[in-house]
Amino acid sequence: MTPAVIAQIEPIATPEIEWFAVSPLLVLVGGALVLLTAAALARSRPPRGFYALFTVVTAALAVACSALLWQRVTDPGRGPFTAIGGAITIDGFSVFFAVTITAAIALGALLADDYLRREGLDGPELYVLMLLSGTGGVVMAMANDLIVVFLGLETLSIALYVMAGLHLRRLESQESAIKYFVLGSFSSAFLLYGIALVYGATGSTNFGAIAGFLSGNVLASNGLLLAGFALLLVGLGFKVAAVPFHVWTPDVYQGAPTPVTAFMASASKAAGFAALLRVFVSTFDVYRLDWRPLMWGLAVLSLLVGSFLAVVQSDVKRMLAYSSISHAGFILVGAEAASDRGIAGALFYLLAYTFMVVGSFGVATLVGGRGDADHGLSAYRGLSRRRPLLALAFTVLLLAQAGVPLTSGFLAKFYVIGAAVEADSYALALIAMLSAVVAAFVYLRITVAMYMGDETEGAEAVTRPAVRVPPGAALALGVAVAFTIVVGILPSPVVDFARDAVPVLLSAP
Amino acid sequence: MLSAVWLIPALPLAGFLILLAAGRKLGEPAAGWLATAMVTGSFVAGLVTFAGLLGEDEHHRQFVFTVFEWLPSGSFSVDVGFLVDPLSMAMVLFVTGVGALIHLYSIGYMHGDPRFHTFFLYLNLFAFSMLMLVLGDNLLITFLGWEGVGACSYLLVSFWFERNSAAVAGKKAFVTNRVGDWGFMVAIFLTFASLGTLTYAGEEGFLENAGALPEATALGIALLLFVGAAGKSAQLPLYVWLPDAMEGPTPVSALIHAATMVTAGVYLMARVNPLLDAAPAALTVISVMGAATALFAATCAVAQRDIKKVLAYSTVSQLGYMFLAIGVGAYVAAIFHMITHAFFKALLFLGAGSVIHGLHDEQDMRRMGGLRKLMPITAGTFIVGWLAIAGIPPFSGFWSKDEILAAAWDSNRLLWLVGVITALLTAYYMSRQVFLVFFGPPRWQEAHAGATSEEALAEPEHEPAAAQAAPATPHESPPTMTVPLVVLAVLAAGGGLLNLPGVLTLEHFLEPVFEDRLHELDIPAGILLSLAAVTGVGVVIGILAARAIYLRSTQPADRFEPELLRRAWGFDQALAGFFGGPGRAFANFTSRVLDGRGIDGAVNGIATLVRGGGSRLRLTQTGYVRNYALFMGGGAVLLLAFFLLRTGVA
Repeated sequence: MTPAVIAQIEPIATPEIEWFAVSPLLVLVGGALVLLTAAALARSRPPRGFYALFTVVTAALAVACSALLWQRVTDPGRGPFTAIGGAITIDGFSVFFAVTITAAIALGALLADDYLRREGLDGPELYVLMLLSGTGGVVMAMANDLIVVFLGLETLSIALYVMAGLHLRRLESQESAIKYFVLGSFSSAFLLYGIALVYGATGSTNFGAIAGFLSGNVLASNGLLLAGFALLLVGLGFKVAAVPFHVWTPDVYQGAPTPVTAFMASASKAAGFAALLRVFVSTFDVYRLDWRPLMWGLAVLSLLVGSFLAVVQSDVKRMLAYSSISHAGFILVGAEAASDRGIAGALFYLLAYTFMVVGSFGVATLVGGRGDADHGLSAYRGLSRRRPLLALAFTVLLLAQAGVPLTSGFLAKFYVIGAAVEADSYALALIAMLSAVVAAFVYLRITVAMYMGDETEGAEAVTRPAVRVPPGAALALGVAVAFTIVVGILPSPVVDFARDAVPVLLSAP
Repeated sequence: MLSAVWLIPALPLAGFLILLAAGRKLGEPAAGWLATAMVTGSFVAGLVTFAGLLGEDEHHRQFVFTVFEWLPSGSFSVDVGFLVDPLSMAMVLFVTGVGALIHLYSIGYMHGDPRFHTFFLYLNLFAFSMLMLVLGDNLLITFLGWEGVGACSYLLVSFWFERNSAAVAGKKAFVTNRVGDWGFMVAIFLTFASLGTLTYAGEEGFLENAGALPEATALGIALLLFVGAAGKSAQLPLYVWLPDAMEGPTPVSALIHAATMVTAGVYLMARVNPLLDAAPAALTVISVMGAATALFAATCAVAQRDIKKVLAYSTVSQLGYMFLAIGVGAYVAAIFHMITHAFFKALLFLGAGSVIHGLHDEQDMRRMGGLRKLMPITAGTFIVGWLAIAGIPPFSGFWSKDEILAAAWDSNRLLWLVGVITALLTAYYMSRQVFLVFFGPPRWQEAHAGATSEEALAEPEHEPAAAQAAPATPHESPPTMTVPLVVLAVLAAGGGLLNLPGVLTLEHFLEPVFEDRLHELDIPAGILLSLAAVTGVGVVIGILAARAIYLRSTQPADRFEPELLRRAWGFDQALAGFFGGPGRAFANFTSRVLDGRGIDGAVNGIATLVRGGGSRLRLTQTGYVRNYALFMGGGAVLLLAFFLLRTGVA
């Protein structure tokens, strides 16, 4: 083409970008790029812990940006708004998840610091990937468009595939990466197909437009739309590890480097739920009668399968993997209620769960020892005598996961079950409570092993290497335990945070 | 100035936390001084708040200070908040005031104890819990404090847990209190179910709306609360733990089991007075139980040989007076007596502690005597306490007891008569105690010849090492112990000034809390005077009788101390016998059949189911990606099928 021809083409209309709205994303991506570039250009190795510190600082900056955004969206004069041509929504919901996911990044980085040195893998890559993956998660939470959801999901996932396989010398790590990648692509295809079907049925991928269309029109035949629901649910159900799309979870959680598992179980699950809640509970609200039974089914299956299978495991990482499936079931109980209270309950649960699960996998990181291999229950026998504080921290986190009062875990379960009861889902509430009892067995089993198990018990009376507790991991554990207890006693700030973070539907301007 | 209220519980809490973190390092005596300073600070904060309250208009003296919203859950929300009104401030001032003195005393008393700092750790935790109890602006916070003081009581009674009797007494206190707590808890549930709130103050609050409850509901809640109060305040039939609780260190007996914690039940009853007003039958029950307890415990006190046991039964008896006052609507008289009782009973306990300390852990009154000259300060202050509790004018006990008796006369003559007989017995057993301990021939030298042969002998309070040593001459206690004695003696002597007839300072101050529910005395002055005279005669008879038996008579006094009374009419044994016999058999039955087959069976069944189900489900987890993909595909097909069947496309 000649320059003259080019000049005749109308410039593509680019949407105006409000940089402030995407500032948490910019900080995370910017941090990742700076870290990668600086590490590549630096001639000497940076001081110990530099990467982790950098990541934590970046995360803190992102939280600061989120706090500014929170001020803006909760200001009655201004309120929530859309940005980038209606592609993303900035409301309490997006900010809530930005904070949750960023917290997971910071805690994950603290855990990774010593782990990478211990395993001889030290380098900036894991941190960079964690920041980028987290960015994808925040994009999913901010998305106001199905395509943007997909974009965020892929950013999140692809980084995670690499992170899962980061432990080069461990076969299980490689295996988990491949499994995660294959099954993740498989589920992405479902999600994409679901998006296409919903677009076909409603004529838009924008949430505001879809909701407006659904409430303004009665579809003569809604088969297309409902098939779209089903496929979207497959894709998102995979991400949050809901049964029957959970099959990858135990293998991948077990095989991936433990700090990565911690991040995966917290940030990735949170991002998946962000999309699930926004797409179904908020956007497809009109069709709640159609999707609620499915959500019910997924919740019940996740609760039961998660807790039942956790009981028969002997590997602590696998136990925690199944327990995370049953936690997904609990959060689905909140989603199934399809009410503001249900969403607020689910949000509270996710935030509380993030700290509990990162802390728990943090303990597994330390106890696992060199080679990240020692995750059998026997490794925990007598831990209370070798490392009383570590055992105490793990006990608190496990009890919180079991839902013992005065921990955040109790209130999390209380709020979602309360929402289910309010929505008249009595059966679901009952099943949730019963499955909590079954799951409690798992947590108590680990606790009992730590406190009552004799180290010399069993066939292998091997002398175990001492469990080291490096400062970074100690900090992460301390934060996780403190959060769990403080929120368990003084829940109201977090409850208010979750209540104000219920998503709003905004159309493109 | 009212906002200083949060400091009142915060200071003891801070003391508790500091001692928890650094108590061992602080050691003796710094830990004790720190704890004392915290409670004193709390007293000062109480004074500041009190001054602020006085500055307000008389009928608007009710303020809520919310610290934070504690449990938001839908329409139900509980705040951590404090209610500042005349009632709570009166409680705060005497709890912190007496508490500070007893903290100070403990520094001397606990000297040399290996767990010195732990003792003060518990004391500060107790002060915090007690203040939460009286300041809480809703039933749940009150209950929290209630449980807190219960736990502290347990820890402190069994403070010397190496001694079996102390450990057992702690357990007994705990278990008995659980019965009361059950009543309190069910009352809270009932209140919430019927009123939808637990908060005291405000338009929607408990106090404002309790009167509108149906009478049956009000009665139920009131009686259940009374069960709680009877447990905490040692009323029949739940009093059994208090005499045994004397196993704790003496300052604990003074602080928790005489002055403060055991009055919590009386406070609770006064707090919920609009509820009682709506359930007159509950008031009758309370007054009868109170009078019965007062008489019952007074009869037990006359035969006790342990110096602290006398005081313990006396406390139960005096608490009975307070419930009697509540029951006849004389709320102010109840609070008044609670305050004067706190002064003189704390004084008596601390005096007893000083005697025990001076005699190297001797508690049997038959091995005392003649201590007046050797321990002049202790003896002098103890005598003030004696005159106060016996009801000799112008000492404080006279005024408060007289008010209760006058109110009882106005309500029911029989209740009054029981009250007068109790007053006579009180004068008798207290005189007996004073004569045995401070007058008469010294018997402490012959003390330890036959020490082991005595079965009724209470075990020595400290480690037995002291008892083995040759008995040194009793000595006066150090100033940390005598200063609180003197201060308390002044208070016990002059406490009546708080509410003199005709002036009625306390009554005017407390009136806004009770309004027209307060029983107005409708008795001519002449009859009032003659009533006082009748009581006075009874008291004098009591004192003279004790003098005749214990000072003048050369006969052994054993026949005036019947075994039956010493064993508290066998009530305790009967209770133990019942629970040890049929009770245990029933427990065994439920444990074997209901628990073993029913509950355990269900649990084991579920466990088997879970294990079996889990093992089968596990087979789906093959580890092969192709199987996983198939599984997910199958799931997707199921979801699609659900929708397709639903829409009828297929």
